[in-house]
Amino acid sequence: MLREITLGQYYPVDSVIHKMDPRTKLFATVIYILSIFCFRGPIGFVAITAGLIAVIYLSKVPFSFMVRGLKAIVFILVFAGILNLFMTPGRELISIWKFTVTYEGAKSASLMLFRMIYLIIGTSVMTLTTTPNQLTDGLETALKPFAKIKVPVHEIAMMMSIALRFIPILVEETDKIMKAQMARGADFESGGIIKKVKSMVPLLVPLFVSAFRRANDLALAMEARCYHGGEGRTKMIPLHYEHRDKVAYVVVIVYIVLIFILRKFA
Amino acid sequence: MSLILDNVSYVYSQGNAYEKKALDGINLKIEDGEFIGIIGHTGSGKSTLIQHLNGLLKATDGKIYFDGEDIYDKDYELRDLRMQVGMVFQYPEHQLFDETVFKDVCFGPRNQGLPEKDVQLRGYEALKNVGLNEKYFDVSPFELSGGQKRRAAIAGVIAMKPRVLILDEPTAGLDPRGKDEILDMIAANHQRYGNTVILVSHSMEDVAKYVDRIIVMDDGKIKYDDEPREVFKYYKELEKIGLAAPQVTYLMNDLRENGYPVSTDVTTVDEAKSAILKLFKIQT
Repeated sequence: MLREITLGQYYPVDSVIHKMDPRTKLFATVIYILSIFCFRGPIGFVAITAGLIAVIYLSKVPFSFMVRGLKAIVFILVFAGILNLFMTPGRELISIWKFTVTYEGAKSASLMLFRMIYLIIGTSVMTLTTTPNQLTDGLETALKPFAKIKVPVHEIAMMMSIALRFIPILVEETDKIMKAQMARGADFESGGIIKKVKSMVPLLVPLFVSAFRRANDLALAMEARCYHGGEGRTKMIPLHYEHRDKVAYVVVIVYIVLIFILRKFA
Repeated sequence: MSLILDNVSYVYSQGNAYEKKALDGINLKIEDGEFIGIIGHTGSGKSTLIQHLNGLLKATDGKIYFDGEDIYDKDYELRDLRMQVGMVFQYPEHQLFDETVFKDVCFGPRNQGLPEKDVQLRGYEALKNVGLNEKYFDVSPFELSGGQKRRAAIAGVIAMKPRVLILDEPTAGLDPRGKDEILDMIAANHQRYGNTVILVSHSMEDVAKYVDRIIVMDDGKIKYDDEPREVFKYYKELEKIGLAAPQVTYLMNDLRENGYPVSTDVTTVDEAKSAILKLFKIQT
């Protein structure tokens, strides 16, 4: 029933991208996101697309999985696209009744759509190829320098990994409670908005109770293992760069240079 | 008047990396008024199987008939089926939500669309039947002890008076006494109303005493489907799939191997006791 959520879900296959150090992937993702917001002209677009296709191909994750993340934002995409298309002043392109599509509007709408879609797909590649634990590990190490200015990096990373770990548990729990209440004749679908909200009570109350219970249990378990925060804590699997990460960094740097050149001359 | 499963298969997350076949060609006929135990190791597919019986999961392949009607038919109301086939999930106390125990138990009957008077009557009767003291009726379900919560939650399903009552590990996490009390209570209700009861468990010991038919699941398939005494004859095969026959089965078999001609056909401690006493009366 609720197993369809993919945003932030790991897809277990064996590929070069999966094996890469999370820090490398984080760096590459940041560069990628910057590049989709500062490229210029069709040649830049081709370069980004080529890069994205290459990474998707290397990751061995079915393309349909990456597109699934888009479903959630289809409405936003359509809405923003239409606003951009009709509300941007400029040279007239087509005019239908009271609405005019301008040349500038079409350009900014397509640019925005492209950026949103590429942003979602690109970050999906990251989350589909990296386990939540690796991801937070990578973040923690990458943000280490900020600990010097009293940013609680370890705590943030810990909170993130717990939150991520709880998503599938809560999804499963929701599924279970939903089924249990449906077995008692609960109806989550029909009726107007007030009836629908009311019908959520038998689902939400047990869900919150169980979330608190789990949080409590986890806190106890952490305490029983003498957890006391990040100071002096070592990693079971320390991160270290392999040959493929060096290659990846070179590729990413070449990519930056390429996008920069294309931006200058296109 | 029965439940029939015709070649039912179920695959989890079909078509991606998490794909897993949970049920594989299940054929089953459950008659009215039977008391059945479904036994299987963790992951054998027993929980998946029972969720098909009230239409919470839809089989990827095969058909299910309730009272001769195909439940996957377009016109079939699955909500009505769920009123007829009541289901108590594992750790049912996790589904309690209402302000008072009594209100929570009334949730099911109210969803059935009964008049308010009948709803309350049903709730009261169910709570009495599960043996919960009247002083707990108006307290919050979250204030009850573990065993009491379990009773209240089971009452919530019993109150709907389902013709088929399915219980998934109703004794999980209870102490031995609580276990016996819950099972005795279920058996007493079965006696009183003559409804079909399906008890899911991984412990033969719990089930042997009560049921008249045992279905053993292994790896998504039905391995044995027979009376308890017949199933327990395969106690060596049962061990191979991570299950065990009741301790008395082992005792009687050991006695027999050591030259005491007792019947190995017993399933409960009481039967074993009388069989052994009988033997000694003959010998001394």
